[in-house]
Amino acid sequence: MKSKMRRFTWVVVGAGCILAVLLLPQSCRSKTRVQQRTGAAESAVASYVAPGDVDPYYLFYSGGHSGQIYVGGVPSMRHICTIPVFSPYPATGYGFDKETKEMLGEYTWGDAHHPALSETKGDYDGRWLFINDNANNRIARIELRDFKTRQILGPIPNVSGNHGSTFVTPNTEYILAASRFSIPLPKGTMAPIENYASQYKGVVAGISVDPNTGQMALGWEILMPPFNYDLGDAGKMASEGWAFWTCYNAERATGKLEVTATQKDRDYIVAVDWKAAEKAAKEGKVKTIDGVKVIDPKDVQGVVYLLPCSKSPHGVDVSPDGKYIIGSGKLQSITTAFNFEKIKTAIAKKDFSGQEDGIPVLKYESIKDAEINVGLGPLHTQFDDQGFAYTSLFVESAVAKWKLGTWEVVDKIPITYNIGHLATAEGDTVSPDGKYLVALNKLSHGRHLTVGPSQPECSQLIDVSGEKMKMLYEAYTEPEPHYAQIIKADKIKAIEVYQKADSKHPNAIWDVKDARVERKGNNVNVYMAAVRSSFEPNKIEVKQGDRVTIYLTNIEQTTDELHGFGLNEHNINVVVDPGETKVIEFVANKPGVFPFYCTNFCSALHQEMQGYLLVGGGKPGQSQLSKAAGAQQ
Amino acid sequence: MQAFLRKANLFFDLPLTMISRLLIIGSVLILIVTYVTPLWNMAFYSNQYTDGLVLNIYTYKLEGGMSPNRNDLQEINSLNHYIGMRPLLESDFSEFTWLPFVIGALMLLALRAVVIGRMSNLVDVVVLFTYFGLFSLWSFYHRLYTYGHNLDPTAAIKVEPFTPPVFGEKVIANFTVESYPDVAAYALTAFFILLVAAVLFSWRRPIPVRSSVGDEELGYAK
Repeated sequence: MKSKMRRFTWVVVGAGCILAVLLLPQSCRSKTRVQQRTGAAESAVASYVAPGDVDPYYLFYSGGHSGQIYVGGVPSMRHICTIPVFSPYPATGYGFDKETKEMLGEYTWGDAHHPALSETKGDYDGRWLFINDNANNRIARIELRDFKTRQILGPIPNVSGNHGSTFVTPNTEYILAASRFSIPLPKGTMAPIENYASQYKGVVAGISVDPNTGQMALGWEILMPPFNYDLGDAGKMASEGWAFWTCYNAERATGKLEVTATQKDRDYIVAVDWKAAEKAAKEGKVKTIDGVKVIDPKDVQGVVYLLPCSKSPHGVDVSPDGKYIIGSGKLQSITTAFNFEKIKTAIAKKDFSGQEDGIPVLKYESIKDAEINVGLGPLHTQFDDQGFAYTSLFVESAVAKWKLGTWEVVDKIPITYNIGHLATAEGDTVSPDGKYLVALNKLSHGRHLTVGPSQPECSQLIDVSGEKMKMLYEAYTEPEPHYAQIIKADKIKAIEVYQKADSKHPNAIWDVKDARVERKGNNVNVYMAAVRSSFEPNKIEVKQGDRVTIYLTNIEQTTDELHGFGLNEHNINVVVDPGETKVIEFVANKPGVFPFYCTNFCSALHQEMQGYLLVGGGKPGQSQLSKAAGAQQ
Repeated sequence: MQAFLRKANLFFDLPLTMISRLLIIGSVLILIVTYVTPLWNMAFYSNQYTDGLVLNIYTYKLEGGMSPNRNDLQEINSLNHYIGMRPLLESDFSEFTWLPFVIGALMLLALRAVVIGRMSNLVDVVVLFTYFGLFSLWSFYHRLYTYGHNLDPTAAIKVEPFTPPVFGEKVIANFTVESYPDVAAYALTAFFILLVAAVLFSWRRPIPVRSSVGDEELGYAK
C-alpha cells in the first residue's frame, strides 16, 4: 500500500512537471499588443486650442476622389471647411452657378491628390493653392485670398493620369505634371496594348504660372518611355532649376502590374533640368503634339536623365538645402539619398550605366550617398528645422525619423494604420518649421465610433519638437487625403467680405431699388439683391420655355452673413457670400409656381426669406411619382 | 542476457491492474477533446493587428480567427501573397483527412489494452503514440519550412526565405509571430502521461520464486 502511494505521488509530480514545462510559454502568449497610452493629459494640452482661439497653422489636405480640399487647423486638427474643387458642393453652392458650372465642365468629380502651396524663394507665400486631378488630368488653382477655386486647367493634352503633380518650383514658375498611365499619343490614338513598350508614351510636364495672377497655362512637355510616373518634387537651393519624378514599371509591362511591374530591382527617378527644357521650348526644339510644345529627349540632349532608385519608388523629396534627393522604394526597406553634386558630376563626366529611349541612366553607385534602413514600405519623406527627415512606412505602419548626413535612424513611432503621405509644418520648403507632423493614414480599421462599412480616413498629429516623436491626437476625414501641406497661419491673409468698392461685376446691384426683372425676347434677366431677410425681387414671372438669368448679389457687408438661393424642383442651390455676385441660369421648362428661399441660415427671419417663380403659359404637368404610379397600374 | 529477456517477458506479460485500466479509459476519454479543440495556435501581431491575426490548427481543419469584421485566414493569405507565399488552403493538408483516424485508432488500441489487460498491449499504444507524436511535430515543422521557403520568385516583395516558429516567438518582417500548442495538443500530452502512469501502476519488480520444477527463478508471487 505504502509503495503504491509513493508511486502515485511520483506519477503526479512527473505529470505535473511535464505539463508545467508545456504550459509555461502559454503565460507569455499575448492577448493583445496594445500601444501604451501614457501622458494623455500632456498630449491633450499640446493639441488643445481653447474655444475662441485659433490654430497657429493651416492644414490643407486633399480630398482624394471626393474631388475636394479639406482645410484643418494644427494642432487642434479641427476640420474648418471644405473647399470644393472638382466636384459640385451644394453647401457652398459650388457647381450650381454659371461660373463654377463652366469651370467644372463635363466632369462632376475629380481625384484630388497632391496640394501645393505657391512658393516664393522656396518658401510658402500664401497666395495660391494648386491641386491635381489624377482622373481627368486637370490642375486647379485656389485663391487663398478667399479660399475659392478660381481656375481649372485641363484636361491637359498628352498627360494621362496626372498623379505626379502639383509640386511647384521655388518661385512657382511651373507646376509639375506627369502621366501615371502611359497611352498612345496624341490622345485619341488607338494602339494595341501588345505594342505598349514601343507605342505608348509617358509625359512629364511643366505647367506655367503667371507670377502676378496665378493664371496657369500649358508650358512644356517631355516625351518619356512608357513607365508609370508617380510623384514629384522640385529642386530647390542647391538643386534649383531641376525637377524630379519617381516612376515604377521600368519593365514597361502591362496586365497584372502587381506582378509584371515589380520584377526589376530598380526603377527610376526622372531628373529634368527644367531651365534647359524651358530654353528648348523657347528655341523651338520641339514637336507640337495636340497643341503643346513637346520635347523629345532623342532630339534634345541634356534635358532629362534617369537615376536608378530602389524598386517601385513612390516619393521623391528634396531636402531643404536642395543637396539631397530622397527616393523611397515602397517594396523594399530602404530609402536612398542621392547627392545632387554627384548627380551633376556624373552628368558632366557622362558617368552613365545605360539609356532608355535615348535618355541617359546615371550610374547608381556614382550618385547615391546612402541607403537608409528606415523600415518596411517607405513612401514619402518630409523635413524639420533640425536636420531630420521623417519617412512614412506603409507596410510597417510607422514613421521613421532619421538624420540627414549621418543617415542614422533615431526614432520610430507606430501609427494606425498604414500611413501614406505625411506632412510636417512647412516641411517641403527651404525652411521647415518642425513642431508638428501629420500622418495621413490609409486605413482606420474601425478605430472610431462605428459608421458601417464605408469608413473614414485617419489623420494623426505627432509632436516632432523633441528627440522622441510623441503621438498627440487623431482626427477623421472623409476619403481620402493623399497629401497635405501645413502653412503658418499668418502667411495667409484672407478676406471675409467682398468689399462693395471692389465689386466689378457688371450686373451686380447694390440697392434694392435697382432690383428688377427685364425681358428681352425669350430671355428674362433678373437683377436680384439678397439682404436680411428678403430677396428683391421676390416674384419672378416668366413664360414656359423662357431662358432665365438671375444676377444675384448679396449686398451684406458683414462677415458670415451668407445667403443661399434654393429653387424648388430645379436642382439649383447657389450660395452668395457677403458682397458676392453670382449668376444663375436655367430654362423655365416646367409650368407652375415654384418657391425659392434662403438656404444658408441668415437671421431671425430666415424662414421668411423667400419668393416665387411663376411659370405661365403651359399645361399643368404630371409629377414623376404620379407618372410612375400610373405606369404600374 | 537470458535474465534480461526473462525480465522483459515477465514485464510484457504483466496483467494491468484496475487503476491502470481506469487510467487508460480516462486517457481515451480525454482524447475525445482533440475532435473539438485546436491542436496548435499561431498568432501574427503587428502595428496594424495589435490583437493578432489568429490561425487555429485542428487535427481535421485549418481555421482563422473570425469576427464579423475580419476573416483572419483570408487576411493572412492576402498579406502573404505580396511575398509570394502559397495561400494556406485546407485542401493542401492531407493530414486533415487521416489525423482524426490515427487518433481514433490509438483510442481503439488503448481500449483493446483495457479489455485484454496485458502490459504488452499497453506498451504497443505508448510506442505507436510516441512515433506518431514525433512524426507529427517533424511534419509540422516541415510544413512551415516549405511555406516559408517556396516563395514565388515573381512576388512583388522579395524577402529572405524563413521558417515560421513551431514553438515560441519570432519576428518576420513587420510581424511578430507566436506559435504555441493548444488544448488538443495538451490532451494528447495528457493521453501520453496517463498511459505512462498506467504502465507504472501495473509494473511490479519480479522476485525470485520457486518454479513448478522446483528451481529458483524470477517471477511473481502467486
